[in-house]
Amino acid sequence: MDNVDQKQAALTGKGRPAVPASSHNPPIEVHDLTVAYDQKPVLWDIDFELPGGSLTAIVGPNGAGKSTLVKAIMGLIPSSSGYTLINGKPLDKQRKNVAYVPQRESVDWDFPISVMDVVLMGRYPHLRLFQRPSRHDREVTMNALREMGMDEYHKRQISQLSGGQQQRVFLARALAQDASIYIMDEPLAGVDAATEDVIFQKMKELQSQNKTVVVVHHDLQSVPDNFNWVMLLNLRMIACGPVSSTFTDENLQKTYGGRLNILSQMIEQSRKQRFVRESDA
Amino acid sequence: MDIFFEFFSLQDPNIRYVLAGTILLGLSAGALGCFAILRRRALVGDAVAHAILPGVCLAFIVAGGKDPFMLILGAFVFGLLSMVTMDFISRNSRIAPDASIGMVLSVFFGLGVVLLTIIQSTGHIDQSGLDDFLFGQAAAMVGQDVMVFGGLSLLILLITILTFKELKLISFDPNFAQSIGYPVKRMEFLLALLMVLTITAGIQAVGVVLMASMLIIPAAAARYWTDSLRVMLLIAAGVGAFSGITGSFISYTAPAMPTGPWMVVSTALIFFLSFLLAPGRGEIARHIQKKRLSYRVACENILKTLYAMEEEDGRADRVRTWQELRKRRHLSRGRMRKVVSTLLKKNLIAFYAGTPDGYVLTNDGRKMAKRLVRVHRLWEKYLNQHLQIAEDHVHEDAESMEHLITSEIEAELRRSLGSPELDPHLSKIPYDSDEDTKTKKGDSRP
Repeated sequence: MDNVDQKQAALTGKGRPAVPASSHNPPIEVHDLTVAYDQKPVLWDIDFELPGGSLTAIVGPNGAGKSTLVKAIMGLIPSSSGYTLINGKPLDKQRKNVAYVPQRESVDWDFPISVMDVVLMGRYPHLRLFQRPSRHDREVTMNALREMGMDEYHKRQISQLSGGQQQRVFLARALAQDASIYIMDEPLAGVDAATEDVIFQKMKELQSQNKTVVVVHHDLQSVPDNFNWVMLLNLRMIACGPVSSTFTDENLQKTYGGRLNILSQMIEQSRKQRFVRESDA
Repeated sequence: MDIFFEFFSLQDPNIRYVLAGTILLGLSAGALGCFAILRRRALVGDAVAHAILPGVCLAFIVAGGKDPFMLILGAFVFGLLSMVTMDFISRNSRIAPDASIGMVLSVFFGLGVVLLTIIQSTGHIDQSGLDDFLFGQAAAMVGQDVMVFGGLSLLILLITILTFKELKLISFDPNFAQSIGYPVKRMEFLLALLMVLTITAGIQAVGVVLMASMLIIPAAAARYWTDSLRVMLLIAAGVGAFSGITGSFISYTAPAMPTGPWMVVSTALIFFLSFLLAPGRGEIARHIQKKRLSYRVACENILKTLYAMEEEDGRADRVRTWQELRKRRHLSRGRMRKVVSTLLKKNLIAFYAGTPDGYVLTNDGRKMAKRLVRVHRLWEKYLNQHLQIAEDHVHEDAESMEHLITSEIEAELRRSLGSPELDPHLSKIPYDSDEDTKTKKGDSRP
């Protein structure tokens, strides 16, 4: 029962922040996460939980560390401190359940590979090393392409696609993985209007299947209509919760306004001085 | 000709050894090289190839002469050492990767040349064949060498085939690979290991100075012919094998000729041919494509000019003379004649003899011209309204964009502008009254 209430709250974005039932672990929890590049801290002490079935936008100004946060959650970059749990377990035990969509620019789109082959990679977590994809894997892959409206293009070389189509291919790969948690890095950056509609619709569909979706997002305007949960980030976490109570002018002011000057100055200072915390030395 | 049959009849066991060795080497270097160039690690291959020279020299010193197993061990250790050094430098200093590659290449190679000179000056060690490792000499291969070096190539080829799926994934999208829990670091190490092994396998036939080109050039040539990684690997392996045959043949016919440089020259020749002739990516194909586009633009511009004249005097029935058209479009006489005859053939314009002789748009031609003018003006409107570009700056851009705007983009333009009546110069934007262009999509381009 509690679960239903919680989902209801998550869906409508109203009511109290969904505190997970004690028997159920939240799909994503992050504790005291700090990430530093080259001794320059880019994320400070991030601490949050996301409820099951939530559709979360991570927003913040350029350089706020949005991509860094999702990369750290996925274990793609080392964190200086803190840890992440997926469904209450370490990520390495849950990799199959988490589908990650990297930024489109992170790969070479001139690579000699077809659309089908890229999306088939979504099936790799279900295959053993050196095992070849089966007929079933190909069917799942074609279905994923169909869901993104890209089945006609399955034989195309990826460089022949438009930016929006490339993004759809990446999303189809995540769908083919058949996970319960989806983490997407800027899936709506530089896509055409039609692709944007398809992606938003797909996100809602995943949410309605009680899957957890986390999206690094850049367009504040579209947050209230398309997400029920939001995280405001600017080097530290400003706020995280249901859109209705969290996506407020005050919080946005805190995130985008000039209040972080002292913190960013200190970061600059520590970088110049090559300061290393005693605990890290 | 005689020598050709003598060589390819394979009667001489020595020829069989040399051919087997170079073909296997070409196959494995070609296939593995694809991953090196796709992961942008080609230069690393060059550095590793040069850096194994000290390993080769040490192997001579330790074994007191040429011994294939010691050679492989020495080359392998130094290849790996150079890779670790490059990695260490770029990880722990502010030196950029290209600088660290350059440093490792020259320092290790320099050390190798020093050792080479020491061996040559002491005279205690049997140095026969040592010089061959700079530029390769396949003719010096004997049965045992082929077994060892060829076996190594075969092993590399086998591992590449077995791990193809995994190598493809980490080469295309290492972030995603890591996100699904693939041992990316270990796979990258395996790939590095295979690269060092390939280079090691090539020291006898091609030599340390030129070995990198056997990794890079066949793969670069193969990229021109295909968009499939699997096919690219096959072609690159084929090019490598072919160059092995050519190199061996030439050094057989002219014994003073070293095999390695000839292998490299023949791959370079294939690369050059690919660069010119490959369909799609090749220079000639691209040139033809460019010519076609510019011809289409010329045709479309004539249609547009006829339409503009109609718009000016409002008379669709009036013929426009050759001289009138030439005054408006600055084409050479010959090109204009060709363009006009193409348009006549496609039934987009019609010729009327009379006084004066001249041309009119057909219904199909008018429809196309109308579409060009429409997208031209829509584009001007878009630039002016959405990108705040002044009215007097939008025409030039629209002149080229009108030939490239697809029906999808046209639909999007109309949606975002709301099918405006007038362009920024207050000319009327012509829409088809019956909207049947929607189904035809203006595909009937000349």
